[in-house]
Amino acid sequence: MKAFKVLAVLAIVALVGSGFALAPTASAQSNVIKIASQSPLSGGQSVLGTAISNGARLAIEQLSKPIEDLGFKIEYVPFDDQATPDVGVSNAQNIVNDAAILAVVGHLNSGVAIPASEVYNKSDLVMVSPANTNPAVTDRGLPTVVRICGRDDTQGTVGANYALNELKAKTAYVIHDKTAYGEGVATFFRDVFQANGGEVLGFEGTEEKANFDAILTPIVASAPDVIYFGGIYDQAALFFKQAREKGLTSQFMGADGLDSSDLVKIGGEAMVGTIFTSTAGPAELFPEAKQFIEDYKKTFKTEIVETYAAEAYAATQVVLAGIEAAIKANNGALPTRKQVTEAVRATKDLSTVIGAITLDGNGDKVEATYYILKAVGADPAGAWKELLTTTTAPSPLAAKAK
Amino acid sequence: MSPSLAGVGNWTLQYVLKPLWQILLFIVISAVLISGAALVAGVVLRTPWHGIELLRVRPRIDLLNQIWLQLPNMLLDGITIGFVYAIIAVGYTMVYGVLKFVNFAHSEIFMLGGVVGYEVLMRLKAGGNLQTFPPILLILFMIVVAMVISGGTALAIERIAYKPLRNAPRLVPLISAIGVSFLLQDLVRAFEALTRNEFNLAYPTSDIALLSQRFQLASTSITNADGRVITVPAVINMTSIIIIASAILMVLGLNYFVNATKTGKGIRAVSQDQATASLMGINVNLMISLTFLIGGALGGAAGVLFGLKTTRITPYVGFTPGLKAFTAAVLGGIGNITGALLGGILLGLLESFAAALLPYFPALGTGYTDIFAFAILILVLLFRPTGLLGKKVDEKV
Repeated sequence: MKAFKVLAVLAIVALVGSGFALAPTASAQSNVIKIASQSPLSGGQSVLGTAISNGARLAIEQLSKPIEDLGFKIEYVPFDDQATPDVGVSNAQNIVNDAAILAVVGHLNSGVAIPASEVYNKSDLVMVSPANTNPAVTDRGLPTVVRICGRDDTQGTVGANYALNELKAKTAYVIHDKTAYGEGVATFFRDVFQANGGEVLGFEGTEEKANFDAILTPIVASAPDVIYFGGIYDQAALFFKQAREKGLTSQFMGADGLDSSDLVKIGGEAMVGTIFTSTAGPAELFPEAKQFIEDYKKTFKTEIVETYAAEAYAATQVVLAGIEAAIKANNGALPTRKQVTEAVRATKDLSTVIGAITLDGNGDKVEATYYILKAVGADPAGAWKELLTTTTAPSPLAAKAK
Repeated sequence: MSPSLAGVGNWTLQYVLKPLWQILLFIVISAVLISGAALVAGVVLRTPWHGIELLRVRPRIDLLNQIWLQLPNMLLDGITIGFVYAIIAVGYTMVYGVLKFVNFAHSEIFMLGGVVGYEVLMRLKAGGNLQTFPPILLILFMIVVAMVISGGTALAIERIAYKPLRNAPRLVPLISAIGVSFLLQDLVRAFEALTRNEFNLAYPTSDIALLSQRFQLASTSITNADGRVITVPAVINMTSIIIIASAILMVLGLNYFVNATKTGKGIRAVSQDQATASLMGINVNLMISLTFLIGGALGGAAGVLFGLKTTRITPYVGFTPGLKAFTAAVLGGIGNITGALLGGILLGLLESFAAALLPYFPALGTGYTDIFAFAILILVLLFRPTGLLGKKVDEKV
């Protein structure tokens, strides 16, 4: 027994020791530039989070040549924010402490991106977001925050108008996940739906992740035309599935948080017919993304190019172009974080896999496209979603300028 | 105490009818109490009550009508989830009864049961045997496998993580339990990530035709202010029936085991006084192991039932139901098996009513469900610190 204890202690010491050995040491070389990504790589939302990390990795592998020609080495450091604000912020502290990191690609969840970007902003580190749609992400006016996707104020409006005009819905019941993203987009949906003549029968937030029976009871009693879920697929799929099991026949709707093949993997047949808005188009839609789709499937040995993979690739393109411009502006020397931030903010007509990107003074895309999609199959590896229609809308700043 | 041939009628009465009657009584009392409280609240709050904003009902909603419309569904849902809580709570309460410490790893034993159920289903599905298997046998098989693995794991945990600490201060095994809980979560997560690369373990319930059956029990209807008649059917799923039936069977089995067998008597003796029980020739270690085995097996079975009901298990799914079940055990009187059953049903009903009725209060909303349920717990403990049934029964297991 004693020998066993000694062995156990030794094993733990060895483990801890190797952990220290593997821990990143402060980069001694001044010609190494690191690009970090933050997204949930573990947990219930890891399918989308991994897509973001994969997209960024592929872009860095394929497109760092111009910067390497200038005498720098590009390294990629992925972080797992677990879709949790605390973890995202503590990762952000680690990221800003590594002087070699000049840009961050991330996050998936607005609720994580908002507090984490406060940390980045204190050390002038630029964050290019492929997926954070909550208006507050850019509306806080932080100079270091940029996003290349749409905004929830427009997304909620697009969803509400579709429900009213195309689906002819008169009543809606709105559920959200109490996160900045979910509650935000649900609020915009509710407000527009009400303002344009629809009746909202309920607006409820829940953190429940497994048993939705009790929450569904008042919905069964009010039998709405539409049930709108502001949240992420791992919760929404289960909620909708249990709603169907309760005999509810309402039309299910949601926003880009539902846009993942795991929606139909978890929800199965019950998801067929669900309509959701997204700020990320299916990658096949973009003529520039053809090569990307092929490379992505080959590199990561998958048949599914998950939502936000192309957006993450494009976000990394924005970052790489910014770093390259900053090096050139700095006469070939290593740029500061501030210089990279300024170069990224100046992005104009940059050609990426999701089309040309121009940023406005807020860090929003000048013009974003909103997609309305429908789940049509229960096989996550097959063609499970179908594009119904698209709308293009200017960012609030661009709209004001017009 | 063992059944003799002549006393079969007596035996049935003692170990089947009496406990069944008690379960029914618990359900009826809890249901009447909570429905009554809800209806009274419905009447009182029909008009704005003393102008308290918090209790203002949403405009154009007649609270009493809504309660009436939802009553059958709220009762059915509450009883179903209540039985799941009760079965998990038994595991907490038995261990507390014997060792006087809270086994926080029990929620992970429950989760493990759900994961085992998933693995059984997926393996059968991969072999193409899912549709051909008789569904009742399939579910029974899942439950039995989950009981064996969860029970075995609970037993192993007791040997490795608790037994060496048996004479340490009571806080020490508690910390050990929390550690085991984290370890199990991440071991399961690592296992599923490595073997399937999945986090969300979705039960292929749509492949089992039996589970998609629904029965309409009753329906309630009201006439709206504008003369429109609204009818809401009270629907019970096959899954709920399976949950309630298996839970009742398990409670009957446990009751028989604890109260009628010699080993059960041993466990009860150990729970009353370890040292004396040991002097009477009872193998204390064996009894403690058995307690973990039984509690773990019941937790595992609850995991499968929960998986069938919610159709998805994740490595972290155990935390919330585990916490609720622990609450149920405290509510009923920790250390008392009957109390766990009552606490589970009561908590399930409370939650179901709160979550389904709070949406009608714009200032509150369904997000306050847990606060409501835990406020009731605090109230009960203020007046009965030992829980509802804590003092009435002197035999603790």
